[in-house]
Amino acid sequence: MYRYDSYDQKIVDERVAQFRDQTRRYLAGELTDDEFRPLRLQNGLYIQRHAPMLRVAVPYGLLSTRQVRKLAHIARSYDKGYTHITTRQNFQFNWPSLEAVPEILAELASVEMHAIQTSGACIRNITSDPFAGVAGDEYIDPRPWCEVLRQWSTFHPEFAFLPRKFKIAVNGARQDRAVIQCHDIGLELKRNEAGEIGFRVLVGGGMGRTPIIGEEISDFVPWQHIITYNEAILRVYNRHGRRDNLYKARIKILVKALGIAEFKRQVEAEWAFTRGGPSTLTEAEVTRVGAHFTTPAYASLPSEDAGYAQQRAANAAFAAWTKRNVLAHKVPGYAIVVVSLKDPKRAPGDVTDSQLERVADLADAYSFGEIRATHEQNLVLADVKQSDLFAVWEQLRSANLATPTFGLLTDIICCPGGDFCSLANAKSIPIANAIQARFEDLDYLYDIGDIELNISGCMNSCGHHHVGHIGILGVDKNGEEWYQVSLGGSQGNQTSIGKVIGRSFAAHEMPDVISKIITVYQAERQEGERFIETVRRTGLDPFKLGVYGEAAVKERKQNA
Amino acid sequence: MPKLIKNGQLVDDNAQVLILDETQAPEELSLPEGPVFVPFAVWQAHKGQLSGRPGLGVWLDSHEDVAELAEDLGEISGVALNFPKFTDGRSYSAAALLRTRYGFKGEIRAIGDVLRDQFFFMQRCGFDTIQPKAGKYSDAQLEAALASLQDFSTPYQAAVDQPAPLFRRAQRAA
Ligand code: SF4
Repeated sequence: MYRYDSYDQKIVDERVAQFRDQTRRYLAGELTDDEFRPLRLQNGLYIQRHAPMLRVAVPYGLLSTRQVRKLAHIARSYDKGYTHITTRQNFQFNWPSLEAVPEILAELASVEMHAIQTSGACIRNITSDPFAGVAGDEYIDPRPWCEVLRQWSTFHPEFAFLPRKFKIAVNGARQDRAVIQCHDIGLELKRNEAGEIGFRVLVGGGMGRTPIIGEEISDFVPWQHIITYNEAILRVYNRHGRRDNLYKARIKILVKALGIAEFKRQVEAEWAFTRGGPSTLTEAEVTRVGAHFTTPAYASLPSEDAGYAQQRAANAAFAAWTKRNVLAHKVPGYAIVVVSLKDPKRAPGDVTDSQLERVADLADAYSFGEIRATHEQNLVLADVKQSDLFAVWEQLRSANLATPTFGLLTDIICCPGGDFCSLANAKSIPIANAIQARFEDLDYLYDIGDIELNISGCMNSCGHHHVGHIGILGVDKNGEEWYQVSLGGSQGNQTSIGKVIGRSFAAHEMPDVISKIITVYQAERQEGERFIETVRRTGLDPFKLGVYGEAAVKERKQNA
Repeated sequence: MPKLIKNGQLVDDNAQVLILDETQAPEELSLPEGPVFVPFAVWQAHKGQLSGRPGLGVWLDSHEDVAELAEDLGEISGVALNFPKFTDGRSYSAAALLRTRYGFKGEIRAIGDVLRDQFFFMQRCGFDTIQPKAGKYSDAQLEAALASLQDFSTPYQAAVDQPAPLFRRAQRAA
């Protein structure tokens, strides 16, 4: 993975000093709340319901064990012994004190980490495929490109005060695992007919109040030009994006207002001036950065380990875990392990200090000392030998990190919601836990099969509810917490935005509602059909009927 | 005399930034003596007379398009770009365009809600003159704020103050 040189280290060290001074001036009354707010946000620091929240950047989800141990230490020393993984692959601490934040940043800097641009109206942490470098369907490893873009975007002086936040994701495989269609800029690495590397560029996707799927602005930007091309997009957006209305300030609104053709014309008119200029990437720089993402020293192994097959045959619980949480690796004899953070007794995506240390130990022993965070709020050990899987499983299981439900109904993506977040309309964690409690029977979950359930506590959509096969959104009705359900959303290559099924529900109704939806699916599904495929085929009507009953649906239709 | 930051130094400054109130039409203005920045609308209305006047600058609000001033840059000595709120970042792009696209060599002054924690970004985008609101900082505070110009010693990306990105400036070991 990328290791800092003296330049990188200096930038994060200078950031710590800068923020230490800003915090000092704020506490001394020299900076007003309004003046301090964007400064702390660009350092990932929110003031929340109970305490500040600090969001730490995990560039494209990649962590060393040293970094993970440091995060565990911070959770233990400055927080309540746990942390939370976000849908942008970052880590959040919910209970640090404001005064301690400069110290925490200094601790982070000591392991090549920071909280730069994890919030605020700037270019945010760049996200990517959690299986980069190990997935069989990868064309081009996205990590070096993410790192190049991370450096470019860090403290970019022209784009520190954009109309709104700006999110970039990069994917380099046949399957999109980075939700690139729902980003302000989505980049898909590809090769042209001559075999040269470049990017298909999508722009104007996003979730939030107005979910929109990104449109293609260029089908191929050669790699040398990706910085100048991004700058051209950002400049058009910075100058012309709306600033009069927070809800209309994302780039997607500008792209919609101008139309993609006109937006593209403006971007390319801008690009004409900078294309080929000094920010054009060099082979040397890409090689330098790329050299950090080396292939680990894989052993040469048979593609099927005999012992592994026996262990699965002998132990049903292990077999169940491998069926869901172990994924194919591109190197024979190796596997990708999803470390589940969906223990029904915890908030989805939460992990304790000692669990983090356990994962770090396992990564050191079995997975080349690297860990990834996923936007689905799990961790990944990307390079485990099949012959080590049983040992890894036992260790994970004893730390409650082996819930064998990856990709199933209870592998819920869930934002912190009303328990923590001051923007929330409603709580989301208790809804997730109630659904997990309802669906605890593993055989039943396996029978339901692949399905994605995502929960957001408000329209900001941190829980990606728009692209959940089942999406749950917290809404406020006269000061009460209600939940709106949508169906048919999807991430990945066939990204789609879910449609709301009807009136919203009280919290206590939610497990029943999900049960009814699942019952409809089981009645309607054809042989081998996944939940999302059934929804796509049948449309929402049978589900509305199943959830609301015939009378209610009829009445709705009449009133419509 | 009020102080501001010019080329990284604290200096006295007597330039006036002329602000129109709603009742004043740009045609009716009389200009004070000495260096002055007139609103873009005044410039447009009086270009003929004002052109070439010593110490004459034009100020643009963040929604006004620098491209419309591009032809006239030879006639004026400075451009001031307003930050109505410090979170309105349009003037960063405007300054960068003035320097890189239109080759403006005169003074580019940041005016309005100009705060020390943004000085670094302003300088990088081509502002050579930084003028916080009158009374925002004491002279001593402004002196201390000069340190913010040096917040980061070696930035990664190219900008007006450093047209080559780090990867072209430095030999970085793999
Ligand atoms: S979706 Fe809303 S409630 Fe949930 S974390 Fe985001 S802002 Fe907070």
